[in-house]
Amino acid sequence: MKLLHCPVNGPRPVSEFVYWGEIRPMPDPARASDAEWADYVFNRDAAAGVKREWWCHVPSGVWFVAERDTARDAVLRTYLWGEGA
Amino acid sequence: MKRLAPIRGEWIDRSRSVAFELEGRIHTGFAGDTITSALCGADVRVLGRSFKYHRPRGVLSLANHDVNALLQWNDRPNVRADATPLADEMRLFAVNTDGGLDQDRRRFLDRLSPFLPVGFYYKAFHDRRWFPRWEAMFRALTGLGRVSVTTERRRTPKRYDFCDVLVIGAGPSGLSAALAAADAGARVVIVDENARAGGSGTYALVGDDDPVGARTRDRVVRCAEHPRVSLRTGTVAAGCYADHWVPLVERDRITKMRARAVVIATGAFEQPAVFRGNDVPGVMLASAAQRLLHRYAVAPMTRAVVLAANRDGYRAALDLLAHGIDVAAVADLNESPADDAACRELASRGIPVRLGHGVYEARAGHDVLRDAVLAPLTPDGALNAARTERIGCDGLVVSVGWAPAANLLYQAGARMHYDELLAQFVPGALPPGVFACGRVNGVYAFEAKLADGERAGLEAAGALGLRAAGAAPLVPAEVQRPSHPYPIFSHPKGKNFVDFDEDLQLQDFANAVQEGFDNIELLKRYTTVGMGPSQGKHSNMNAVRILARLTGQPIEAVGTTTARPFFHPVPLAHLAGRGFTVERETPLHSRHEALGAVLMLAGHWRRPEYYAVPGSRRLGAIREEVLAVRNSVGLIDVGTLGKIEVSGPDAAAFLERVYTGRFANMSPGSTRYCLMVDEAGTIIDDGVVARLGDQRFYFTTTTSGSATVYRELTRLNTMWRMQCGIVNVTGHRAAVNLAGPKARDVLSRLTRSDMSEAVFPYLAARELEVAGIPARVLRIGFVGELGYEIHVAHDRASSLWDALMEAGSELGIRPFGVEAQRLLRLEKGHLIVGQDTDGLTNPFEAGCGWAVKMDKPFFVGQRSLAILAKKPSRQALVGIELVPGEAVDRVAECHLVIEAGEIAGRVTSVAFSPTLGRHIGLAMLAPALAEPGRQIAIRVTDGALVTAKVVRAPFYDADGRRQKLAEAA
Repeated sequence: MKLLHCPVNGPRPVSEFVYWGEIRPMPDPARASDAEWADYVFNRDAAAGVKREWWCHVPSGVWFVAERDTARDAVLRTYLWGEGA
Repeated sequence: MKRLAPIRGEWIDRSRSVAFELEGRIHTGFAGDTITSALCGADVRVLGRSFKYHRPRGVLSLANHDVNALLQWNDRPNVRADATPLADEMRLFAVNTDGGLDQDRRRFLDRLSPFLPVGFYYKAFHDRRWFPRWEAMFRALTGLGRVSVTTERRRTPKRYDFCDVLVIGAGPSGLSAALAAADAGARVVIVDENARAGGSGTYALVGDDDPVGARTRDRVVRCAEHPRVSLRTGTVAAGCYADHWVPLVERDRITKMRARAVVIATGAFEQPAVFRGNDVPGVMLASAAQRLLHRYAVAPMTRAVVLAANRDGYRAALDLLAHGIDVAAVADLNESPADDAACRELASRGIPVRLGHGVYEARAGHDVLRDAVLAPLTPDGALNAARTERIGCDGLVVSVGWAPAANLLYQAGARMHYDELLAQFVPGALPPGVFACGRVNGVYAFEAKLADGERAGLEAAGALGLRAAGAAPLVPAEVQRPSHPYPIFSHPKGKNFVDFDEDLQLQDFANAVQEGFDNIELLKRYTTVGMGPSQGKHSNMNAVRILARLTGQPIEAVGTTTARPFFHPVPLAHLAGRGFTVERETPLHSRHEALGAVLMLAGHWRRPEYYAVPGSRRLGAIREEVLAVRNSVGLIDVGTLGKIEVSGPDAAAFLERVYTGRFANMSPGSTRYCLMVDEAGTIIDDGVVARLGDQRFYFTTTTSGSATVYRELTRLNTMWRMQCGIVNVTGHRAAVNLAGPKARDVLSRLTRSDMSEAVFPYLAARELEVAGIPARVLRIGFVGELGYEIHVAHDRASSLWDALMEAGSELGIRPFGVEAQRLLRLEKGHLIVGQDTDGLTNPFEAGCGWAVKMDKPFFVGQRSLAILAKKPSRQALVGIELVPGEAVDRVAECHLVIEAGEIAGRVTSVAFSPTLGRHIGLAMLAPALAEPGRQIAIRVTDGALVTAKVVRAPFYDADGRRQKLAEAA
């Protein structure tokens, strides 16, 4: 079983986490065309590579960002929202 | 084969005899024997019949994957005889025979083998009509042990364990690695699948006084006594998963080990040479013969011929001599001896050494080895059949090469490359935290293995930040080639086996390649090489060599197949879990049980479906509950609802962003329905929001949605950073709904607060005391009557329930369950998210467009709903009434609505309404059908069509008078 590093709780087994998809910037709802909005809502880029993803450590309720190389299934780093840069 | 006088370091306990039975014959072995060694000690040479041709087979490797010695032990199928300790009163049968080992009636298949080439089955038995017959025939002919379907369930414990360094394999290099890592301060676990530690240091010896034995034993003792080393024998590391997660399988349990670093010291599998008759009982690998000698004190033969291509072969020959076994000759595939000193010693003892010779054929008499036929090699590496030499022997000891036991390394993500000098695969770059040492790492000489183990142990400790005092030793390079690059010899009559599991011969590979299966992965699937129970441990290396030769490629280019878990077969009992399912109970559970509740599972919750009434059946009891709520008063536990508090300056603004409705304009002390959609505008949850103060909201979610809604709200606010706190109080608070025309009477008896319509109107929320218990009371109408949802701290729930039941006893109060509530809300046409909606339903289709306030600046899903609002709707949720008739009871949820032969909708809820005296329901219909008065056809389970009529919901009290303004009691 994989380990994931929660930025608050440290390394924990992956069964304690939920995955909530890739982090994608939301287009401005007021400006986006219907097609652009539909693309944001429904389409996902499935190409293997480094993704920024939402993960939550369920027992403690900590949401954080994981940068994961889906080609290697390797988590490169994890950090709290807003602390990545 | 016979038992010898005691040998130093032997694993058997001669003071304890163990009697057992094989196919009706009684034998005796010793405690510490495996089944195979006990049978060898009793001079039983044929241990099994091969899978396809039913050829007699004996010991091959004795390395825990001798698949031709699989036995049925009572209800346990496919017991590996070479890996299973002998136990008292075992009753054993060989698998895959018809009539027993000696009299197997399927022996004739061996003579048919020329007509059963590889791929024969694919080509001959694909006819669809006849296939079932062929399948039945082949299932009877081939196959392994019998599975008993009446076996008692075996419960196998699962444990979790942790260590700094896990060393897999307790041979010389593994022991060395464990000691080095432990001395550097690491907590070390070292495992070995064998009954005792020591690995090759317990058998690859020359005589009993070989210093290799003493030095290995010394390390075993030091590991056993080291305070930071846990040495576990009889333990198989069955796989290597992500982040150093290794299942350790013992006979009766499995341990899930999380290590910080892993040292793989799994050694090497000795590989057979391929020649005609290489499977005859009596032909065995040198390591097998030496295991028999040193571990079990069994003489593997009386007169041996040795086929060698490396130093191990010469050492084995000297070892046999040291134990009084006659060595008739040594044939060396090399032109110059692999071990000069040993060669001279053999010569001095008068033993002929035939350099540049191989075995042309091993011949059997009465199923076991009788002669070895040697022949010189021609310059192109073939055998010269014109110059054979026949030597009588009852044992042919083969030592021509090794293949790394790299299965776990592959699983850990290591890459292997072919080393031409060693003529075998060795690990290249290893993943972080994974180390390899010893023979799996291409290091063979004893001194070098010790040094390599120490190096790996120190590196593993160093990876954990531990630093040893001394520097890592240099590992000397191999001076001698341990493996022959092509110990494979054709024979016009075949029977030169490459894969002993699947009875594959050399010619089968040539045929497969000729037919185009010339890639290692294709070859594997077509020939099934490496797909038997030993998973290629005997066969993959030779298969790769053969394919490289046949296709003219270098071995590196041919590559290897994937080595998947498990390393050895693992009983399913070890993998089966306990069926652990979380079940939750509300604080009122004991009250429900006392009242005779029939419980159902709603999500993880055990909830009362209804309360059993003596003399009433299920439906009768539910109807009585419904009528009690409609006519007097009922009480239901709704503590399973999700309950969340949001407070802070931005609390109202936050709710407006996550729900479709408007909340900023609510006055404190009021409630409002709330609907949640996702980014696509699909309904995902609903509930009731109560505003308790300017900056304080308390709201409910559906029972099944509580955890995910709370989680999503916290995620959204992680991004939004709004000034509000979100607290999930689902488990902290209990809730009941008191509903019915007499609800106010009941409640008034328990509170001093003014419950009058003017002070506590419909949709109001109040914080007050009920029966002395601080409560939040929401006046809502889910079931369509005057109703109060009363929320209290969980530890006061029972007191509240008792007080309400007592206060209502004169008024005929009844507890009601989930079924009655479903019916009551259906009569009101209220939808249940997840039952009447699905993963595509938007609010407009579900008839809750009124709850969507599009004129807010933003809410999740708003933009999508704006698009959907412009489009014609695809479906609509409407009320239906079944036309009275015979089939009405057969209509159920999820039955389809059929229009002109096409699916035009589905029934989402349906039930008999005792209040109305007819069947009612909700259906999601194509817009064309959704007009009130329209007749629709519902297809029930057996295909019959039942007529229904679209009607306007609610079915009961359409203008909501009863819930808003109940008549005074």
